[in-house]
Amino acid sequence: MTSSETQNPTNGSYPPGTHPDLPPPSSAYGPVHWIKVNLFGGVTNTVLTLLFAYMLWKIVPFLTEWMFLDAAFTGESRRDCEATAGGACWAFIGSRLQLFIYGFYPEAQRWRVDLTFVMLILALVPVLYDATPHRGKGLIFACLYPFIGGWLLIGGLGLESVSTDQFGGLMLNVIIGVTGIAFSLPIGIVLALGRQSHLPIVRILCVGFIEFIRGVPLITLLFVAAVMLSYFVPPGTNFDLLVRVLIMVTLFASGYMAEVIRGGLQAIPKGQYEAADSMGLRYWQVMRLVILPQALKISIPGIVNTFIGLYKDTTLVIVIGRLDILGIGNSSLADSKWQGLSTEVYVFVALFFFISCFSISRYSLYLEKKLHTEL
Amino acid sequence: MSEVDISEESFTPIESSMGEEELIQIVAMHKWYGEFHVLKDINLAVKARERIVVCGPSGSGKSTLIRCLNRLEEHQQGTVIVNGIELTGDLKKIEEIRREVGIVFQHFNLFPHLTVLENCTLGPIWVRGTPKKEAEESAMKYLERVKIPEQALKFPGQLSGGQQQRVAIARSLCMNPKIMLFDEPTSALDPEMIKEVLDVMIELASTGMTMIVVSHEMGFAKTVADRVIFMDEGEIIEMNDPHEFFDNPQHERTQLFLSQILAH
Repeated sequence: MTSSETQNPTNGSYPPGTHPDLPPPSSAYGPVHWIKVNLFGGVTNTVLTLLFAYMLWKIVPFLTEWMFLDAAFTGESRRDCEATAGGACWAFIGSRLQLFIYGFYPEAQRWRVDLTFVMLILALVPVLYDATPHRGKGLIFACLYPFIGGWLLIGGLGLESVSTDQFGGLMLNVIIGVTGIAFSLPIGIVLALGRQSHLPIVRILCVGFIEFIRGVPLITLLFVAAVMLSYFVPPGTNFDLLVRVLIMVTLFASGYMAEVIRGGLQAIPKGQYEAADSMGLRYWQVMRLVILPQALKISIPGIVNTFIGLYKDTTLVIVIGRLDILGIGNSSLADSKWQGLSTEVYVFVALFFFISCFSISRYSLYLEKKLHTEL
Repeated sequence: MSEVDISEESFTPIESSMGEEELIQIVAMHKWYGEFHVLKDINLAVKARERIVVCGPSGSGKSTLIRCLNRLEEHQQGTVIVNGIELTGDLKKIEEIRREVGIVFQHFNLFPHLTVLENCTLGPIWVRGTPKKEAEESAMKYLERVKIPEQALKFPGQLSGGQQQRVAIARSLCMNPKIMLFDEPTSALDPEMIKEVLDVMIELASTGMTMIVVSHEMGFAKTVADRVIFMDEGEIIEMNDPHEFFDNPQHERTQLFLSQILAH
């Protein structure tokens, strides 16, 4: 048999038994098929596709040009930017990047903030991924981290002390956000369990606390932290404002967290409690080993919602005179050299929050998938 | 009955000295759900190695009765003594009793976030303090006994109802209980799975386990039970050995009940 015969599919004839495995026609699979089915599979679908394509065509080129192609990345003032480019003036953000990140933290000490950030990531990895090598040691480190991080940032014991008044920018958001997230979950769990307690005093205390927190705006609590809390502590004691804010933000998030977790707890069938009880497990064992793993898994979307809300609420410290990343941006706008660049500032701040919150959201999806044990 | 008699002999009693010991004593027990008098003057003594089947129409208090034995339900009057310990509000004593009393539920109640093996080792590890490795070995032994060792690493959600119920039985057995309670273990199962669960229970009965089974499986009652109890409206109406119970029921209500369930 000559090879020209078998390798010539165009004539459509093959000797018996030599028909090659041809791919299905491209109308039944592949990109063309996909587009046909998913983008143009009906009148509504087609209209929506065209509408969306039009919007993309309008927005994407404009944004790319404004953000990248026609943007100025260097310059000393707005005038420099305008001289070189018609788009965004990122030179403004660049010139203030240090301020955006560290606030008013003393320049010579900023390595401490960097180190704290790096250690934060190292502490988070074993917490977030259970396949981390040496996870046990990692978790111990994660437990010690708040103290190490606090010491690094505030100083003392051999390090130059830095007043928390000088904290600002992105680091302030991260400090408040991470602290709030780390502490509001356990406190929320305890409150949620307390709300279901058979002991009336415990239950009343938890319900009262949760309802109070949910009934008061966070800004009010922050004002309380800034102004009123000093009335309650003995005169002369200097109760750091940042610590007061941290406590308020944590308690605020805990109240919401408690309700989210209560929702999860209520979804656990009574039989789970009975099966665990009837083995002779104690109350806390039942909760830790059987009920909470299931209730928290169900609550992940709500928990993450609360986390993200809390993280974004950290910008509210602006009302008590602390400049977080948004506050720094706002105050930068007053600079006469860079006047009128509010869009750049807000886009930058929005991007920072979007990246943080989107990462949290993706992680929660990963976690949900990993914990999904039903078929 | 003859089959079981034979198997009883073939499984020579290991704890024969305990044969006459009363593991459960219920004296004049009453229970109310609010206004509803769900259990009325229950008196029952169960000896070690005894197998009792409780039947009766739904709502007659059968499940409540056995759930009072490990304090999943609280009784208001009377005395309940399980394994020599009186059930009171004392949490320590309740835990002590629960360690010795296994229960299998109608809806299995396996822990869906744990694998089959983890379901089985949870109790031994956390309640008995058994080392993990040892607990796993013993769990595998029991999983083999209920004939599903190959499912050990799966999650309950991946198993059929019959398999789940067998895991639930293995999970209870892993605690090495003295008494096993079964609360309608087959009534949530598809017909073709009932047999595999009953087989496991019959095998368990043949090893001399003290069992109280709430069930409508009359065939099971005939083969395995030493005594059958009929309950209605919170009372024990009749209690007899299976022959007498099925062939010659004394009470009118028992006769009615038997005629209803045996009619099918």
